[in-house]
Amino acid sequence: MQDIINQYTNTIRVAAKCKSPLRIRGGGSKDFYGNNINENNCDILSVTAYTGIVDYDPTELVVTARSGTSLADLEAELQMHNQMLGFEPPHFGSDATLGGCVASGLSGPRRAYVGAVRDFVLGVRMLDGNGNDLHFGGQVMKNVAGYDISRLMTGSMGTLGLLLEISIKVLPIPPIELTLRMQMKEATAIEKMNQWAGRPLPISATCFYDNNLTLRLSGAESAVRAAHTKLGGELISDGLAFWNSIREQSHTFFQSGKSLWRLSIKSSVPPLILPGQQLIEWGGALRWFACGENVDADVNIIRSKSDLAGGNATLFRNNKKSVSVFHPPRSEMIKVYQRIKGKFDPAGIFNTGRMYREL
Amino acid sequence: MHPIELVNSLRVFLPPDSVLYETEDLRPYECDGLSAYRQIPMIVVIPRTEEEVIRILRICHASKTPVVARGAGTGLSGGALPHANGILLSLVKLKQILEIDPITRIARVQPGVRNLAISESAMAYGLYYAPDPSSQIACSIGGNIAENSGGVHCLKYGLTVHNILKLRVITIEGECLEIGGTSLDTPGYDLLALMTGSEGMLGIVTEIIVKLIPKPEKAQVVMAAFDDIQKACNAVANVIGAGIIPAGMEMMDKMATHAVEEYIHAGYNLEAEVVLLCESDGTAEEVMDEIQRINEIMKMSGAIDIRTSNNETERLKFWAGRKAAFPAAGRISPDYYCMDGTIPRKNLARVLGGIEKLSLEYGLRCMNVFHAGDGNLHPLILYDANRPGELKKTEEFGAKILEMCIQVGGTITGEHGVGIEKINQMCSQFKTSELELFHAVKSAFDPDGLLNPGKAVPSLRRCAEHGAMHVHRNEEKFPDLPRF
Repeated sequence: MQDIINQYTNTIRVAAKCKSPLRIRGGGSKDFYGNNINENNCDILSVTAYTGIVDYDPTELVVTARSGTSLADLEAELQMHNQMLGFEPPHFGSDATLGGCVASGLSGPRRAYVGAVRDFVLGVRMLDGNGNDLHFGGQVMKNVAGYDISRLMTGSMGTLGLLLEISIKVLPIPPIELTLRMQMKEATAIEKMNQWAGRPLPISATCFYDNNLTLRLSGAESAVRAAHTKLGGELISDGLAFWNSIREQSHTFFQSGKSLWRLSIKSSVPPLILPGQQLIEWGGALRWFACGENVDADVNIIRSKSDLAGGNATLFRNNKKSVSVFHPPRSEMIKVYQRIKGKFDPAGIFNTGRMYREL
Repeated sequence: MHPIELVNSLRVFLPPDSVLYETEDLRPYECDGLSAYRQIPMIVVIPRTEEEVIRILRICHASKTPVVARGAGTGLSGGALPHANGILLSLVKLKQILEIDPITRIARVQPGVRNLAISESAMAYGLYYAPDPSSQIACSIGGNIAENSGGVHCLKYGLTVHNILKLRVITIEGECLEIGGTSLDTPGYDLLALMTGSEGMLGIVTEIIVKLIPKPEKAQVVMAAFDDIQKACNAVANVIGAGIIPAGMEMMDKMATHAVEEYIHAGYNLEAEVVLLCESDGTAEEVMDEIQRINEIMKMSGAIDIRTSNNETERLKFWAGRKAAFPAAGRISPDYYCMDGTIPRKNLARVLGGIEKLSLEYGLRCMNVFHAGDGNLHPLILYDANRPGELKKTEEFGAKILEMCIQVGGTITGEHGVGIEKINQMCSQFKTSELELFHAVKSAFDPDGLLNPGKAVPSLRRCAEHGAMHVHRNEEKFPDLPRF
């Protein structure tokens, strides 16, 4: 495997010398995500060859794997030991890799109740823009030696370096999961989801769509049954398929072909009045809007409403991408981001512009 | 700038009691919780508002004056040790809980607020702030951010970094950065994580939004005694392997149980080599289920004595012993030195064996209490500072323990931070290019190196002089550096 790393190092050093941009890619399942990069101008740095689990001892609750490892293979291995990735990452395709999962920083339905990718990342091995092979964090839960570079890398969309290996905390698969559904209006659903999250209930996912609130309970059988009795609601038999359709965006809502906006906001904000259809996740903290084709007309209203709602709006899926995909940060933040990028990637070669045009 | 000029420029907008410069006024600030290191600062400044923090930092930036931030001063690694030619910025007067939002389950607080005060304010709503460092009655939330503090319950509920949403940070230039938000995520780089645990090296936190979580309906603890350390370690792995994430999982060795039993009378089994405390919390049904399973696992793992708390008084009594372990060490020894390494759990027995050997070698007793669930060790080396050479021997013993932690794939600090204390061991854990990147990150925020200089990340020169071998991954240490 060291020969593969040597190849990567070489590619990076040559690219840095010529200041020629590289596009880091795993399985390509998240190519749609982020600003468009002009493919003609950059070489692809593919990590698909760098695969395999480096270390996994279920009783340590930690797995270390190479970035090119298939996410599906990794999850299958964990499942054999009755464990899982707690943040339920979306794959968006069978080619999804662990590296792409961590670099994109996307988490699934369990996120509001269990945590995000960044909450589970414990350590990384990476190559920076000088081709240096670096280790940060480690395989232990508690580690405060040095700055938290592992989490800084998480969600950085490949703009800071090439992830080689990632150590992630894993969780036991809950003994039982039940999915419940109840009919209600949006305002009531938002209220309920926030109320319930403030009570000790084993809720592990929520979704509001088309006047139906669907929720998942996870945990010990006795606890889950007791919570069902407390909350009521109709038991849904194909819960697994439903949550998978939300996680992988195969649900009807996501299939409209319209521009898909992802609004990450304060969970208790009352219903947002915006054009298009809506689906709510994460106890009210994540609101998806499928809007019309005219992104330029919608962008200002969507971004200003999400500012007011204490959050941000990402243009998650749209082929045109005439606007910045990610919510523009304030100017002083962009300056800090640029300085950090400059330290990791002095020649500015990694995924340039994919997150923000300035980076 | 001359100290008098500096004092005068601060006095323009600060009252006399916010700017201290007489030696007797400075003395209380000479050390934090690690009292072995002391330094009188040039000036202590105690701002009352964020606006004052901004003005102070602008003055420091313009005059190139070092600034060391300090919260409650309970840190155990000397992170708030003052700089002789610098300002000590005490944030204790920024102590308002600005907002509790029970619906969104967040609290907006200033950095000087005590950790426990947040939970106390949220209690009325059935909510609390989860990270519970042992100093929670005194330590400030700003200091918790600086150190990424953990606590007994962090295997299940996470560290500080998992429990905060937003920070207002003032840069050394006096610019205000709003990092994170009231949403669950923010695009851009995860500066929230970068700031957490950065030991005051990157900016000064003036406001924090923390998450509040519902108080569990019930908690119960199992106390299991073992006649063999390996059996106890296996029991820990068996609990986790069975799919249980305990709310707390603590281990104490025989010396520790004897020391606390004399003092607290927690009812520990004194025959046992090791006592394990394993707590379950959640809904009443969940806890009943889990406690039963934990009992079975302890029995199967060879426990010689198992007891389960039957009520809250009993639960607190079981915990009281663990929580009194440090003061109990203070009762049986004139001085003790607390270490803080973390290791992969599977190496627990091996490392404990190693510590025992070192203890014999150095002729110093070592008592072990630790967060077994996450492999965070707190060996307490007992010594007498009045005996010539004993402190030096203790420090050497401690350093060897930390190097052993690195060797088995662990880290030199799980939750106390590097500060000044473990700065030399950083040279062992990280190689030159990694330390260089840390310095680069620091310079992205603080190019002049004014914020808490000399802490957390050693200079390459220091590492070369220190000469500790980089025991990681068997690489030669600093081949690219000249020797002095």
